[in-house]
Amino acid sequence: MKGLYATAVLRKFALLCHAKGRIFYEFTSKFTMIENYEAIIGLEVHAQLLTATKAFCRCSTSYSLSPNAHTCPVCLGLPGALPVLNSKVVDYAVKMGLATHCSIREYSVFSRKNYFYADLPKGYQISQYEDPICHHGYIDIEVGEESATKRIGITRIHMEEDSGKSIHDVDIDTLVDLNRSGVPLIEIVSGPDMRTAREAYQYLNQIRQIVMYLGICDGNLEEGSLRCDANISVRKKGATEFGTKIEIKNLNSFRNVEKAIEYEIKRQVEAVESGQILMQETRMWDAGTHQTKSMRSKEFAHDYRYFPEPDLAGVSVSEAMIAQIRQSMPELPLARKQRFVSEYGLPWYDAGILTETQSLGTYFEQCCQSLGEQTKERYKLVSNWIMTEVLRYLSEKGIGIEQFPVSPSHIAELVELFAAELISSKIAKDIFPDVIGGESPKSVVERKGLLQISDESIILAVVEKILAEQFENVAKYREGKKNLFGHFVSSTLKELGGKANPRIVTKLLQERLQ
Amino acid sequence: MENTQQIVERVAELSRLSFSEHEKNIFEVQFGKILHYIQTIENYDLAAVEPLTHIVTNQSSQRDDVPAECLTVDEALANAPKRNETFFKVPKVLQK
Repeated sequence: MKGLYATAVLRKFALLCHAKGRIFYEFTSKFTMIENYEAIIGLEVHAQLLTATKAFCRCSTSYSLSPNAHTCPVCLGLPGALPVLNSKVVDYAVKMGLATHCSIREYSVFSRKNYFYADLPKGYQISQYEDPICHHGYIDIEVGEESATKRIGITRIHMEEDSGKSIHDVDIDTLVDLNRSGVPLIEIVSGPDMRTAREAYQYLNQIRQIVMYLGICDGNLEEGSLRCDANISVRKKGATEFGTKIEIKNLNSFRNVEKAIEYEIKRQVEAVESGQILMQETRMWDAGTHQTKSMRSKEFAHDYRYFPEPDLAGVSVSEAMIAQIRQSMPELPLARKQRFVSEYGLPWYDAGILTETQSLGTYFEQCCQSLGEQTKERYKLVSNWIMTEVLRYLSEKGIGIEQFPVSPSHIAELVELFAAELISSKIAKDIFPDVIGGESPKSVVERKGLLQISDESIILAVVEKILAEQFENVAKYREGKKNLFGHFVSSTLKELGGKANPRIVTKLLQERLQ
Repeated sequence: MENTQQIVERVAELSRLSFSEHEKNIFEVQFGKILHYIQTIENYDLAAVEPLTHIVTNQSSQRDDVPAECLTVDEALANAPKRNETFFKVPKVLQK
């Protein structure tokens, strides 16, 4: 939609600027050109698994300040050391497979992927090649309009180990830290089913939410616990054959994923339009210059020579094990979002924010369960309260909902006081710091004498006093300066110490001023 | 199909190793023997035989996700030809 709109605006602009039209014409024709093509995008996502130990040895995966503090003969690749598989790696891979509607292979094997690099001490990575543990699944991603979804295929999910880390810019030589060597990963490969950078973004976001809901990965792209490579090709709309596939590496943030794919689509379309023949290659996204750059082909002239890993026998996954893992699965993010809309009557937007993390959604549901009156109006008030006051507090303190000191029942109590017009929204916000301090909202209101004044006779007396004092303004109001009405409301509220029911104040003022 | 000399050169390239012509000739003879031995399998009709990945048919033993003691940093680096503080130090990988 954005593209279409931009094209329309630019075309109009080009017509208006007829004198300088040539430049604008070229500009707009480029946009039109891109519209004649479609992009075919597939993503490969690596997720670092949240296990306590590495995939094939009992070294800790926890963060260490000291390089090479978490190593042993297995992950150093010393001769004679033998790998033993961490059972949790299999559990987590199956979990992800079930969450993405994959078939789980009853028997799968590990393979060696051979390549030479200093941070891969064995000279091969233990991975899965033919017959990965999970295959042929799908996820639904959100596209465009509210609640619309598109199905993206998952070709395969396999288990593998991470390499160490190379540091190129500290010493004249390359430095190697093997703390990460052997940390378990799953690689999730999508089908070539995405057509725009936005869809790729939504796909990655959905994968990230799923691994976080499952508790198998912390989902941090910037720190590399979730890594993403993209395969992109372009073809004329209506064509059935794929164009030349180009792989883009180094997409280490959501912004970079979208930007790099947009850049690459445009680059490929321009290349094809100018008659170039694209060669299959690997390119790196450079976040500094906002370009993709070819990696010298020799660096990636890999011939991995995969073969079955002789040091590890196959992995069996029984029906019983699958059933057990299936039982431990949480409700997944998109399903929960859809349920929040249908069950609590929330707008799609609210549901999206509240299901962003699993714990926030749980907190919302606990608040709702604590409400005395179970209505959609009250649920929406809880949602409003969480999305504004609670989230603001969390972001100010830089904490998660898990560390939020207010119990769900206190939030429910606050919402009910407000909904029953016992306190105004202003008072509700004013007493929030006391509630954060641990006091119940009812007790704060009683202690400070903040119950809302809804007694019409008390409010009317003050309304009459204000209108008498401000007789000049009243005259101006009656002559047509209608915006003085707000001033009368705020004066009355102020006189009553902010405790008057604003709805009744407004009603009485309207009656008196008629 | 690559000839034996090409295979030797390709494997050397993938391993980032360089050999003299004399060394290549020696490897060519050795590789040739190994490949020839393996090629004898092609004399048999194996259409009905399932590919075998492992001699043992039972599944691999797995372990619980419980950490154990690692090597000390000095033990880990004991055989490193070069080090910088507690890093392994290797020849520059990326060329400018």
